[in-house]
Amino acid sequence: MKALLARDLRLAVRAGGGFGLGLAFFLIVVVLVPFGVGPEREVLARIAPGILWVASLLAALLSLDRIFALDFEDGSLALLATAPLPVESIALAKAAAHWVTTGLPLTLAAPALGFLLHLPTQGYALLLLSLLLGTPALSMIGTFGAALTVGLRRGGLLMSLLVLPLYVPTLIFGAEAVRRGIDGLSPTAPLMLLAAITAATIALLPFATATVLRINLR
Amino acid sequence: MSLWELANPKRFMGWTAPVLPWAFGGAALCLCIGLIWGFFFTPDDFRQGSTVKIIYLHVPAALMAINTWFMMLLASLIWLVRRHHVSALAAKAAAPVGIVMTLMALFTGAIWGQPMWGTYWAWDPRLTSFLILFLFYLGYVALWAAIDDSDTAADLTSVLCIVGSVFAILSRYAVNFWNQGLHQGASLSLDAEENVSDVFWQPLVICIAGFVLLFIALVLLRTRTEIRVRRTKALLARAARA
Repeated sequence: MKALLARDLRLAVRAGGGFGLGLAFFLIVVVLVPFGVGPEREVLARIAPGILWVASLLAALLSLDRIFALDFEDGSLALLATAPLPVESIALAKAAAHWVTTGLPLTLAAPALGFLLHLPTQGYALLLLSLLLGTPALSMIGTFGAALTVGLRRGGLLMSLLVLPLYVPTLIFGAEAVRRGIDGLSPTAPLMLLAAITAATIALLPFATATVLRINLR
Repeated sequence: MSLWELANPKRFMGWTAPVLPWAFGGAALCLCIGLIWGFFFTPDDFRQGSTVKIIYLHVPAALMAINTWFMMLLASLIWLVRRHHVSALAAKAAAPVGIVMTLMALFTGAIWGQPMWGTYWAWDPRLTSFLILFLFYLGYVALWAAIDDSDTAADLTSVLCIVGSVFAILSRYAVNFWNQGLHQGASLSLDAEENVSDVFWQPLVICIAGFVLLFIALVLLRTRTEIRVRRTKALLARAARA
Protein backbone atom coordinates (compact mmCIF):
# COMPACT_ATOMS: atom_id res chain seq x y z
CA MET A 1 0.00 0.00 0.00
CA LYS A 2 2.89 2.33 0.83
CA ALA A 3 4.59 1.35 -2.41
CA LEU A 4 1.42 2.10 -4.36
CA LEU A 5 1.08 5.46 -2.63
CA ALA A 6 4.72 6.33 -3.35
CA ARG A 7 4.33 5.23 -6.98
CA ASP A 8 1.25 7.39 -7.49
CA LEU A 9 2.92 10.37 -5.86
CA ARG A 10 6.02 9.98 -8.04
CA LEU A 11 3.88 9.67 -11.17
CA ALA A 12 1.96 12.78 -10.23
CA VAL A 13 4.99 14.94 -9.51
CA ARG A 14 7.02 13.94 -12.53
CA ALA A 15 6.54 15.43 -15.98
CA GLY A 16 3.10 14.91 -17.49
CA GLY A 17 1.57 14.01 -14.16
CA GLY A 18 -0.40 17.22 -14.01
CA PHE A 19 0.72 18.10 -10.53
CA GLY A 20 0.17 21.82 -10.07
CA LEU A 21 -2.48 22.04 -12.78
CA GLY A 22 -5.16 21.84 -10.12
CA LEU A 23 -3.46 24.64 -8.21
CA ALA A 24 -3.23 26.78 -11.34
CA PHE A 25 -6.92 26.13 -12.01
CA PHE A 26 -7.75 27.13 -8.43
CA LEU A 27 -5.80 30.37 -8.89
CA ILE A 28 -7.50 31.20 -12.18
CA VAL A 29 -11.02 30.60 -10.87
CA VAL A 30 -10.34 32.82 -7.86
CA VAL A 31 -8.84 35.53 -10.07
CA LEU A 32 -11.81 35.38 -12.44
CA VAL A 33 -14.39 35.95 -9.71
CA PRO A 34 -13.64 39.68 -9.14
CA PHE A 35 -14.00 40.24 -12.89
CA GLY A 36 -17.45 38.74 -12.65
CA VAL A 37 -18.79 40.36 -9.50
CA GLY A 38 -16.82 43.61 -9.39
CA PRO A 39 -13.85 44.69 -7.30
CA GLU A 40 -15.73 46.08 -4.25
CA ARG A 41 -13.96 45.06 -1.10
CA GLU A 42 -17.12 44.33 0.97
CA VAL A 43 -18.73 42.16 -1.72
CA LEU A 44 -15.58 40.11 -2.20
CA ALA A 45 -15.01 39.71 1.52
CA ARG A 46 -18.59 38.46 1.93
CA ILE A 47 -18.40 35.82 -0.77
CA ALA A 48 -14.74 34.85 -0.25
CA PRO A 49 -15.33 31.71 1.90
CA GLY A 50 -17.89 30.33 -0.54
CA ILE A 51 -15.77 31.12 -3.61
CA LEU A 52 -12.66 29.53 -2.11
CA TRP A 53 -14.59 26.41 -1.15
CA VAL A 54 -16.36 26.06 -4.49
CA ALA A 55 -13.11 26.70 -6.37
CA SER A 56 -11.21 24.06 -4.40
CA LEU A 57 -14.08 21.65 -5.01
CA LEU A 58 -13.83 22.22 -8.76
CA ALA A 59 -10.05 21.97 -8.69
CA ALA A 60 -10.32 18.64 -6.88
CA LEU A 61 -12.88 17.47 -9.43
CA LEU A 62 -10.59 18.38 -12.31
CA SER A 63 -7.91 15.90 -11.36
CA LEU A 64 -10.24 13.01 -10.50
CA ASP A 65 -10.17 11.27 -13.87
CA ARG A 66 -6.42 10.78 -13.46
CA ILE A 67 -6.93 8.56 -10.45
CA PHE A 68 -7.86 5.38 -12.29
CA ALA A 69 -8.12 6.16 -16.01
CA LEU A 70 -4.45 5.76 -16.98
CA ASP A 71 -3.96 2.67 -14.82
CA PHE A 72 -7.12 1.19 -16.28
CA GLU A 73 -6.00 1.80 -19.85
CA ASP A 74 -2.53 0.27 -19.57
CA GLY A 75 -3.81 -2.65 -17.52
CA SER A 76 -1.90 -1.94 -14.33
CA LEU A 77 -5.18 -1.59 -12.46
CA ALA A 78 -6.15 -5.15 -13.36
CA LEU A 79 -2.69 -6.24 -12.26
CA LEU A 80 -3.06 -4.40 -8.97
CA ALA A 81 -6.42 -6.04 -8.40
CA THR A 82 -4.82 -9.49 -8.64
CA ALA A 83 -2.08 -8.50 -6.16
CA PRO A 84 -2.36 -9.71 -2.56
CA LEU A 85 -3.39 -6.17 -1.59
CA PRO A 86 -7.18 -5.92 -1.08
CA VAL A 87 -8.96 -3.68 -3.59
CA GLU A 88 -10.22 -1.61 -0.67
CA SER A 89 -6.64 -0.70 0.20
CA ILE A 90 -5.96 0.22 -3.42
CA ALA A 91 -8.94 2.58 -3.31
CA LEU A 92 -7.71 4.11 -0.06
CA ALA A 93 -4.15 4.52 -1.34
CA LYS A 94 -5.36 6.09 -4.56
CA ALA A 95 -7.55 8.53 -2.64
CA ALA A 96 -4.67 9.36 -0.30
CA ALA A 97 -2.39 10.05 -3.25
CA HIS A 98 -5.05 12.27 -4.78
CA TRP A 99 -5.37 14.17 -1.51
CA VAL A 100 -1.63 14.69 -1.14
CA THR A 101 -1.29 15.94 -4.71
CA THR A 102 -4.50 18.02 -4.81
CA GLY A 103 -6.24 18.54 -1.49
CA LEU A 104 -3.17 19.40 0.54
CA PRO A 105 -1.70 21.96 -1.92
CA LEU A 106 -5.14 23.53 -2.30
CA THR A 107 -5.47 23.83 1.45
CA LEU A 108 -2.05 25.44 1.77
CA ALA A 109 -2.68 27.82 -1.15
CA ALA A 110 -6.16 28.87 -0.05
CA PRO A 111 -5.11 31.51 2.53
CA ALA A 112 -2.93 33.27 -0.07
CA LEU A 113 -5.89 33.40 -2.43
CA GLY A 114 -8.12 34.49 0.46
CA PHE A 115 -5.84 37.50 0.67
CA LEU A 116 -6.68 38.33 -2.96
CA LEU A 117 -10.39 38.21 -2.12
CA HIS A 118 -10.02 40.37 1.02
CA LEU A 119 -11.03 37.54 3.31
CA PRO A 120 -11.47 39.05 6.80
CA THR A 121 -8.56 38.33 9.17
CA GLN A 122 -10.49 36.06 11.52
CA GLY A 123 -11.31 33.76 8.56
CA TYR A 124 -7.80 32.58 7.64
CA ALA A 125 -7.21 30.01 10.36
CA LEU A 126 -10.71 28.63 9.90
CA LEU A 127 -10.32 28.45 6.13
CA LEU A 128 -7.14 26.44 6.55
CA LEU A 129 -8.69 24.21 9.20
CA SER A 130 -11.96 23.61 7.33
CA LEU A 131 -10.14 22.76 4.09
CA LEU A 132 -7.75 20.51 5.96
CA LEU A 133 -10.71 18.67 7.48
CA GLY A 134 -12.87 18.71 4.36
CA THR A 135 -10.57 17.97 1.41
CA PRO A 136 -9.94 14.31 2.39
CA ALA A 137 -13.70 13.77 2.05
CA LEU A 138 -13.57 15.37 -1.40
CA SER A 139 -10.81 12.96 -2.42
CA MET A 140 -12.64 9.93 -1.01
CA ILE A 141 -15.94 10.82 -2.72
CA GLY A 142 -14.09 11.72 -5.91
CA THR A 143 -12.30 8.37 -5.96
CA PHE A 144 -15.68 6.66 -5.77
CA GLY A 145 -16.92 8.74 -8.70
CA ALA A 146 -13.75 8.02 -10.67
CA ALA A 147 -14.16 4.28 -10.04
CA LEU A 148 -17.78 4.42 -11.23
CA THR A 149 -16.89 5.96 -14.58
CA VAL A 150 -13.49 4.32 -15.15
CA GLY A 151 -14.65 2.02 -17.95
CA LEU A 152 -16.36 4.76 -19.94
CA ARG A 153 -14.73 6.52 -22.84
CA ARG A 154 -16.18 9.95 -22.15
CA GLY A 155 -16.65 9.58 -18.44
CA GLY A 156 -15.38 12.99 -17.40
CA LEU A 157 -18.58 14.96 -17.81
CA LEU A 158 -20.71 12.17 -16.40
CA MET A 159 -18.37 11.97 -13.41
CA SER A 160 -18.92 15.62 -12.54
CA LEU A 161 -22.67 15.06 -12.71
CA LEU A 162 -22.31 12.10 -10.33
CA VAL A 163 -19.73 13.55 -7.95
CA LEU A 164 -20.85 17.17 -7.52
CA PRO A 165 -24.18 16.38 -5.81
CA LEU A 166 -22.26 14.14 -3.40
CA TYR A 167 -20.06 17.13 -2.52
CA VAL A 168 -23.01 19.17 -1.24
CA PRO A 169 -22.82 18.35 2.50
CA THR A 170 -19.04 18.83 2.63
CA LEU A 171 -19.34 22.19 0.90
CA ILE A 172 -22.15 23.36 3.17
CA PHE A 173 -20.34 22.56 6.40
CA GLY A 174 -16.94 23.77 5.17
CA ALA A 175 -18.08 27.16 3.94
CA GLU A 176 -20.46 27.55 6.88
CA ALA A 177 -17.60 27.10 9.37
CA VAL A 178 -15.60 29.92 7.77
CA ARG A 179 -18.65 32.17 7.50
CA ARG A 180 -19.53 31.66 11.13
CA GLY A 181 -15.98 32.42 12.17
CA ILE A 182 -16.07 35.70 10.23
CA ASP A 183 -19.44 36.64 11.73
CA GLY A 184 -18.06 36.01 15.21
CA LEU A 185 -20.18 32.92 15.86
CA SER A 186 -18.81 29.61 17.12
CA PRO A 187 -17.63 27.45 14.20
CA THR A 188 -17.38 24.30 16.34
CA ALA A 189 -20.59 22.61 15.17
CA PRO A 190 -19.93 22.78 11.39
CA LEU A 191 -16.29 21.85 11.92
CA MET A 192 -17.24 18.78 13.91
CA LEU A 193 -19.81 17.77 11.32
CA LEU A 194 -17.22 18.27 8.60
CA ALA A 195 -14.78 16.06 10.47
CA ALA A 196 -17.54 13.49 10.90
CA ILE A 197 -18.19 13.41 7.15
CA THR A 198 -14.50 13.00 6.44
CA ALA A 199 -14.10 10.23 9.01
CA ALA A 200 -17.18 8.42 7.70
CA THR A 201 -16.10 8.66 4.07
CA ILE A 202 -12.64 7.34 4.93
CA ALA A 203 -14.16 4.46 6.88
CA LEU A 204 -16.94 3.46 4.49
CA LEU A 205 -16.38 4.68 0.95
CA PRO A 206 -13.33 2.47 0.17
CA PHE A 207 -15.72 -0.50 0.32
CA ALA A 208 -18.09 1.09 -2.19
CA THR A 209 -15.16 2.14 -4.39
CA ALA A 210 -13.70 -1.38 -4.27
CA THR A 211 -17.08 -2.93 -5.14
CA VAL A 212 -17.40 -0.63 -8.12
CA LEU A 213 -13.81 -1.29 -9.23
CA ARG A 214 -14.34 -5.05 -9.11
CA ILE A 215 -17.48 -4.67 -11.24
CA ASN A 216 -15.63 -2.52 -13.75
CA LEU A 217 -12.68 -4.93 -13.93
CA ARG A 218 -14.90 -7.95 -14.44
CA MET B 1 -47.24 -17.81 -3.91
CA SER B 2 -44.13 -16.10 -2.74
CA LEU B 3 -43.17 -12.60 -3.79
CA TRP B 4 -39.98 -13.94 -5.34
CA GLU B 5 -41.95 -15.68 -8.07
CA LEU B 6 -42.26 -12.25 -9.63
CA ALA B 7 -38.50 -12.35 -10.10
CA ASN B 8 -39.03 -14.69 -13.02
CA PRO B 9 -39.57 -12.35 -16.00
CA LYS B 10 -42.16 -14.64 -17.57
CA ARG B 11 -44.12 -14.90 -14.33
CA PHE B 12 -43.74 -11.15 -13.87
CA MET B 13 -45.23 -10.49 -17.30
CA GLY B 14 -48.03 -12.92 -16.58
CA TRP B 15 -48.89 -11.44 -13.21
CA THR B 16 -48.64 -7.81 -14.18
CA ALA B 17 -50.61 -7.96 -17.43
CA PRO B 18 -54.02 -8.15 -15.67
CA VAL B 19 -52.89 -5.77 -12.88
CA LEU B 20 -51.93 -2.99 -15.27
CA PRO B 21 -55.40 -1.88 -16.48
CA TRP B 22 -56.67 -1.97 -12.89
CA ALA B 23 -53.80 0.20 -11.69
CA PHE B 24 -54.32 2.72 -14.50
CA GLY B 25 -58.09 2.67 -14.01
CA GLY B 26 -57.77 3.08 -10.26
CA ALA B 27 -55.31 5.94 -10.71
CA ALA B 28 -57.62 7.70 -13.18
CA LEU B 29 -60.61 7.20 -10.91
CA CYS B 30 -58.84 8.40 -7.75
CA LEU B 31 -57.31 11.39 -9.49
CA CYS B 32 -60.64 12.38 -11.09
CA ILE B 33 -62.51 12.12 -7.80
CA GLY B 34 -59.76 13.70 -5.72
CA LEU B 35 -58.94 16.55 -8.06
CA ILE B 36 -62.55 17.44 -8.94
CA TRP B 37 -63.56 17.22 -5.29
CA GLY B 38 -60.51 19.22 -4.28
CA PHE B 39 -60.77 21.88 -6.94
CA PHE B 40 -64.52 22.49 -7.02
CA PHE B 41 -66.09 21.21 -3.82
CA THR B 42 -63.81 22.39 -1.04
CA PRO B 43 -63.97 25.90 0.42
CA ASP B 44 -61.19 28.43 -0.17
CA ASP B 45 -58.73 28.79 2.64
CA PHE B 46 -59.44 31.92 4.65
CA ARG B 47 -55.89 33.20 4.26
CA GLN B 48 -54.62 31.61 1.08
CA GLY B 49 -57.78 31.86 -1.01
CA SER B 50 -58.10 29.40 -3.88
CA THR B 51 -54.29 28.96 -4.26
CA VAL B 52 -54.48 26.38 -1.48
CA LYS B 53 -55.94 23.95 -4.00
CA ILE B 54 -52.56 23.35 -5.58
CA ILE B 55 -51.92 21.19 -2.50
CA TYR B 56 -53.76 18.35 -4.29
CA LEU B 57 -50.94 18.13 -6.82
CA HIS B 58 -48.02 19.41 -4.79
CA VAL B 59 -48.16 17.14 -1.76
CA PRO B 60 -48.72 13.82 -3.62
CA ALA B 61 -46.00 14.68 -6.16
CA ALA B 62 -43.51 15.55 -3.43
CA LEU B 63 -44.40 12.38 -1.53
CA MET B 64 -43.91 10.20 -4.58
CA ALA B 65 -40.68 11.98 -5.52
CA ILE B 66 -39.10 10.75 -2.30
CA ASN B 67 -40.81 7.35 -2.22
CA THR B 68 -39.70 6.61 -5.78
CA TRP B 69 -36.10 6.94 -4.62
CA PHE B 70 -36.83 4.57 -1.71
CA MET B 71 -38.35 2.09 -4.12
CA MET B 72 -35.24 2.34 -6.32
CA LEU B 73 -33.04 1.81 -3.27
CA LEU B 74 -35.02 -1.28 -2.31
CA ALA B 75 -34.94 -2.65 -5.86
CA SER B 76 -31.18 -1.97 -6.06
CA LEU B 77 -30.58 -3.87 -2.83
CA ILE B 78 -32.66 -6.79 -4.08
CA TRP B 79 -30.65 -6.80 -7.31
CA LEU B 80 -27.32 -6.73 -5.47
CA VAL B 81 -28.31 -9.44 -3.00
CA ARG B 82 -30.47 -11.79 -5.03
CA ARG B 83 -29.54 -10.91 -8.62
CA HIS B 84 -33.10 -10.75 -9.94
CA HIS B 85 -33.03 -8.93 -13.26
CA VAL B 86 -36.61 -7.73 -12.96
CA SER B 87 -35.62 -5.86 -9.83
CA ALA B 88 -32.80 -3.98 -11.56
CA LEU B 89 -35.07 -3.17 -14.48
CA ALA B 90 -37.78 -1.91 -12.12
CA ALA B 91 -35.27 0.47 -10.52
CA LYS B 92 -34.27 1.67 -13.97
CA ALA B 93 -37.91 2.08 -14.94
CA ALA B 94 -38.78 4.05 -11.82
CA ALA B 95 -36.09 6.74 -12.16
CA PRO B 96 -37.70 8.83 -14.92
CA VAL B 97 -41.01 8.65 -13.06
CA GLY B 98 -39.18 10.01 -10.02
CA ILE B 99 -37.68 12.82 -12.07
CA VAL B 100 -41.12 13.86 -13.30
CA MET B 101 -42.54 13.75 -9.77
CA THR B 102 -39.65 15.86 -8.45
CA LEU B 103 -40.07 18.41 -11.22
CA MET B 104 -43.81 18.48 -10.62
CA ALA B 105 -43.30 19.13 -6.92
CA LEU B 106 -40.80 21.91 -7.69
CA PHE B 107 -43.01 23.58 -10.32
CA THR B 108 -46.29 23.38 -8.40
CA GLY B 109 -44.35 24.65 -5.38
CA ALA B 110 -43.06 27.59 -7.42
CA ILE B 111 -46.56 28.43 -8.63
CA TRP B 112 -47.80 28.22 -5.06
CA GLY B 113 -44.87 30.13 -3.67
CA GLN B 114 -45.31 33.17 -5.87
CA PRO B 115 -48.63 34.40 -4.36
CA MET B 116 -47.84 33.14 -0.84
CA TRP B 117 -44.19 34.02 -0.27
CA GLY B 118 -43.84 36.57 -3.06
CA THR B 119 -41.20 34.50 -4.82
CA TYR B 120 -41.08 31.50 -7.14
CA TRP B 121 -37.87 30.23 -5.67
CA ALA B 122 -36.12 30.60 -2.34
CA TRP B 123 -33.08 28.74 -1.02
CA ASP B 124 -35.25 27.11 1.56
CA PRO B 125 -34.10 23.74 2.96
CA ARG B 126 -37.01 21.76 1.55
CA LEU B 127 -36.83 23.39 -1.85
CA THR B 128 -33.07 23.00 -1.98
CA SER B 129 -33.14 19.35 -0.97
CA PHE B 130 -35.63 18.66 -3.75
CA LEU B 131 -33.34 20.33 -6.23
CA ILE B 132 -30.48 18.14 -4.96
CA LEU B 133 -32.72 15.08 -5.20
CA PHE B 134 -33.39 16.06 -8.82
CA LEU B 135 -29.62 16.15 -9.46
CA PHE B 136 -29.26 12.68 -7.92
CA TYR B 137 -31.96 11.35 -10.24
CA LEU B 138 -30.22 12.95 -13.23
CA GLY B 139 -26.89 11.33 -12.32
CA TYR B 140 -28.55 7.95 -11.84
CA VAL B 141 -30.31 8.05 -15.21
CA ALA B 142 -27.17 9.35 -16.93
CA LEU B 143 -25.11 6.46 -15.54
CA TRP B 144 -27.68 3.93 -16.78
CA ALA B 145 -27.59 5.55 -20.21
CA ALA B 146 -23.78 5.68 -20.39
CA ILE B 147 -22.99 1.99 -19.89
CA ASP B 148 -23.53 -0.52 -22.67
CA ASP B 149 -23.35 -3.79 -20.76
CA SER B 150 -26.65 -4.11 -18.92
CA ASP B 151 -25.40 -6.18 -15.96
CA THR B 152 -22.51 -3.81 -15.32
CA ALA B 153 -24.91 -0.88 -15.60
CA ALA B 154 -27.30 -2.49 -13.13
CA ASP B 155 -24.47 -3.17 -10.66
CA LEU B 156 -22.94 0.28 -10.87
CA THR B 157 -26.23 2.16 -10.67
CA SER B 158 -27.25 0.04 -7.67
CA VAL B 159 -24.10 1.00 -5.79
CA LEU B 160 -24.61 4.62 -6.83
CA CYS B 161 -28.18 4.47 -5.56
CA ILE B 162 -27.08 3.18 -2.16
CA VAL B 163 -24.23 5.67 -1.75
CA GLY B 164 -26.45 8.42 -3.17
CA SER B 165 -29.17 7.65 -0.63
CA VAL B 166 -26.78 8.19 2.24
CA PHE B 167 -25.59 11.47 0.77
CA ALA B 168 -29.12 12.58 -0.11
CA ILE B 169 -30.21 12.12 3.50
CA LEU B 170 -27.04 13.86 4.66
CA SER B 171 -27.73 16.77 2.29
CA ARG B 172 -31.30 16.98 3.54
CA TYR B 173 -30.10 17.67 7.06
CA ALA B 174 -27.10 19.73 5.97
CA VAL B 175 -29.29 22.26 4.18
CA ASN B 176 -31.42 22.52 7.31
CA PHE B 177 -28.30 23.58 9.09
CA TRP B 178 -27.41 26.03 6.37
CA ASN B 179 -30.59 28.04 6.05
CA GLN B 180 -33.84 28.46 7.91
CA GLY B 181 -36.75 28.11 5.58
CA LEU B 182 -40.05 29.54 4.51
CA HIS B 183 -41.68 26.17 3.95
CA GLN B 184 -44.19 24.93 6.48
CA GLY B 185 -43.79 21.65 8.34
CA ALA B 186 -45.27 18.37 7.21
CA SER B 187 -48.90 18.65 6.16
CA LEU B 188 -49.76 15.06 6.98
CA SER B 189 -48.18 12.83 9.52
CA LEU B 190 -49.42 9.89 11.48
CA ASP B 191 -48.31 11.09 14.90
CA ALA B 192 -49.40 14.74 14.62
CA GLU B 193 -52.33 15.81 16.79
CA GLU B 194 -53.62 18.16 14.15
CA ASN B 195 -53.27 17.69 10.41
CA VAL B 196 -54.67 19.78 7.61
CA SER B 197 -58.35 20.33 8.40
CA ASP B 198 -60.78 17.61 7.32
CA VAL B 199 -62.31 19.39 4.33
CA PHE B 200 -58.91 19.49 2.63
CA TRP B 201 -57.68 16.23 4.07
CA GLN B 202 -60.16 13.80 2.51
CA PRO B 203 -59.66 14.76 -1.15
CA LEU B 204 -55.93 15.02 -0.49
CA VAL B 205 -55.76 11.40 0.67
CA ILE B 206 -57.68 10.32 -2.44
CA CYS B 207 -55.23 12.28 -4.60
CA ILE B 208 -52.29 10.61 -2.86
CA ALA B 209 -53.85 7.20 -3.48
CA GLY B 210 -54.26 8.22 -7.12
CA PHE B 211 -50.60 9.19 -7.39
CA VAL B 212 -49.48 5.93 -5.76
CA LEU B 213 -51.59 3.92 -8.21
CA LEU B 214 -50.32 6.01 -11.11
CA PHE B 215 -46.75 5.39 -9.97
CA ILE B 216 -47.35 1.64 -9.73
CA ALA B 217 -48.99 1.59 -13.17
CA LEU B 218 -46.21 3.60 -14.82
CA VAL B 219 -43.40 1.59 -13.23
CA LEU B 220 -45.05 -1.72 -14.16
CA LEU B 221 -45.58 -0.50 -17.71
CA ARG B 222 -42.01 0.71 -18.04
CA THR B 223 -40.59 -2.45 -16.47
CA ARG B 224 -42.59 -4.56 -18.92
CA THR B 225 -41.20 -2.45 -21.74
CA GLU B 226 -37.65 -2.96 -20.45
CA ILE B 227 -38.18 -6.72 -20.23
CA ARG B 228 -39.51 -6.78 -23.79
CA VAL B 229 -36.56 -4.69 -25.00
CA ARG B 230 -34.18 -7.10 -23.29
CA ARG B 231 -35.94 -10.09 -24.84
CA THR B 232 -35.86 -8.51 -28.28
CA LYS B 233 -32.15 -7.90 -27.95
CA ALA B 234 -31.55 -11.50 -26.88
CA LEU B 235 -33.58 -12.80 -29.84
CA LEU B 236 -31.73 -10.54 -32.27
CA ALA B 237 -28.39 -11.67 -30.86
CA ARG B 238 -29.45 -15.29 -31.24
CA ALA B 239 -30.58 -14.64 -34.82
CA ALA B 240 -27.30 -12.94 -35.61
CA ARG B 241 -25.35 -15.95 -34.30
CA ALA B 242 -27.39 -18.47 -36.24
